[in-house]
Amino acid sequence: MHLSPDEVIFWQLGLFKLNATIVYTWALMLVLVLGSRLITARLSRDHQRSSWQNLLEIIVSGIEQQIGEIGLAQPQRYLGFLGTLFLFVAAASLCTVIPGFEPPTGSLSTTVALAACVLVAVPMYGIRDQGLRGYLATYLEPTWIMLPFNLISEVSRTLALAVRLFGNMMSGAMIIGILLAITPFLFPIVMTLLGLLTGMVQAYIFSILAAVYIAAATRTRKPRPQSPA
Amino acid sequence: MDSLTLIALVSIVMAGLTTGFGTMGPALAEGRAVATALTSLAQQPDASATITRTLFVGLAMIESTAIYCFVVSMILLFANPFWNAAIAQAAGQ
Repeated sequence: MHLSPDEVIFWQLGLFKLNATIVYTWALMLVLVLGSRLITARLSRDHQRSSWQNLLEIIVSGIEQQIGEIGLAQPQRYLGFLGTLFLFVAAASLCTVIPGFEPPTGSLSTTVALAACVLVAVPMYGIRDQGLRGYLATYLEPTWIMLPFNLISEVSRTLALAVRLFGNMMSGAMIIGILLAITPFLFPIVMTLLGLLTGMVQAYIFSILAAVYIAAATRTRKPRPQSPA
Repeated sequence: MDSLTLIALVSIVMAGLTTGFGTMGPALAEGRAVATALTSLAQQPDASATITRTLFVGLAMIESTAIYCFVVSMILLFANPFWNAAIAQAAGQ
């Protein structure tokens, strides 16, 4: 039994290792990119459209609507980043039904990389929205005493984002592995179904939390209420 | 008892205790959260979309504390650094 797909090594040349995480990450990326390229190559604007185009439109407009409900003013600006996060994590957990596939999100290195993307993207969107001074001023709210705590929360929420996704995906694979040894036939299937559900929920949570963090960094500043004289 | 047995004993017992106690608090908290959400759903069925979304996000936040405990016990059982160090020391002698 292995703890993460990092330990499954397909091919090795000196220090360079080709483990299951890298292979499955690239396979997923290829499937997602090539699939959307193939579908968007033949888009139609009239009422006759392919079922694949309908699928993509449902996904994209669904994500856009969810981002809008979080409170981000222009969902199209964040659709690329947040949609990619959601689609990657969701596809990784959805593909666990394929025998032999291990979700790359069950490796701590993948989830840390995804969380690091969020860590970089939040200040980027914040600075683009309200300027460098305006963004840095949000660290001093409500008073300057909160500066260290704001900085700590920035790091700790990134860590929490990474460990949450890793723990959920790893625990799903591990519980199925343990159950296979105890009750081989029916029970692991039920747990795989439950794993599909938690995988989708985790994908949703990951992208929603990223959206909430971006919304907190880019909030349009309300005029300060005048203190009564 | 030599140190290897001691490390194994403490690791296994603590792994069980960590998951046991670590899931206790989140279980209570999730129960409270779901109960409150159901009450507000019964009172305001119109706001079901918002309530459900907030509930899911909140449940995931609560559950992550249990997941941290689970990760710690998995590390204790399968990737214990102290056990590996003791094995390396024993092999060196």
